[in-house]
Amino acid sequence: MGQMELGNTMVDVNDEGYLTDASQWNKDVANAIAKEIGIELTDKHFEVLEYLRQKHTEGEVLTIRKVGKSGIVDIKGLYKLFPGGPLKYSSKIAGIPKPASCV
Amino acid sequence: MSKEESALKKVCIICAKGNIEDVYATLVMANGAVMEGIEAKVFFTFFGLDAITKKQMNRLHTSTVGNPAMRMPGGLPFPTLLGAIPGVEAGVSAMMKSQMEALDIPPVDEFLEMITAGGGEIYACKLAMDMFKLTKEDLWDEVSAVLTVGDFYGMCGGDNTQIIFT
Repeated sequence: MGQMELGNTMVDVNDEGYLTDASQWNKDVANAIAKEIGIELTDKHFEVLEYLRQKHTEGEVLTIRKVGKSGIVDIKGLYKLFPGGPLKYSSKIAGIPKPASCV
Repeated sequence: MSKEESALKKVCIICAKGNIEDVYATLVMANGAVMEGIEAKVFFTFFGLDAITKKQMNRLHTSTVGNPAMRMPGGLPFPTLLGAIPGVEAGVSAMMKSQMEALDIPPVDEFLEMITAGGGEIYACKLAMDMFKLTKEDLWDEVSAVLTVGDFYGMCGGDNTQIIFT
């Protein structure tokens, strides 16, 4: 647990760098986290991020299958947007907790 | 070795059984690997071929006989003799599949698609194909190749690689 400056905003993060308070998130924070991972965010990325944040607020457990059926992007596309961690990286950039699902 | 250097890079998973639990253990591990950015190669052999055979892949069963961990809903023991009654195995298997669906675990064909969408590769064992008189046409379309065991081992080299037999 600690504080960190991301995109000129002070945010609370856990040991793995995930935001502990999703309400501290904004686009600059997202861009800063994405840059650390090595991803350049596009509008498509933000569509996915907004979807994840919405589902998180609704208390749903997120899976790549669910994102694949969201109508925003298919699973192959999701891997292209967030290489090496379609759900892990997207969740981190979306400012929501690390996914706790195995699928 | 630092955490970075010792991180797993590739898993080679072998599935030799065709019941729901062994096939899903394989699929969950392979999908979990690609989701973490780990390369995954999956080799289906013997009865495991059912999981990548078009006709069988979405009709897998779990065995209701000879399975001491099988219990009734509520936790009561499940008598082996009950499991032997025609239709019980199909019923139990359907129930298992509906419970998995509720957890967002997809049917076998969709699960395999998720794995290949992430770059995972699916292979079939040549010897077992010959034994069961199967041809490439019988297999799911996205099976990368039919391999000998030597071919498969040839893909399992490299640092930080593990072979997993489910």
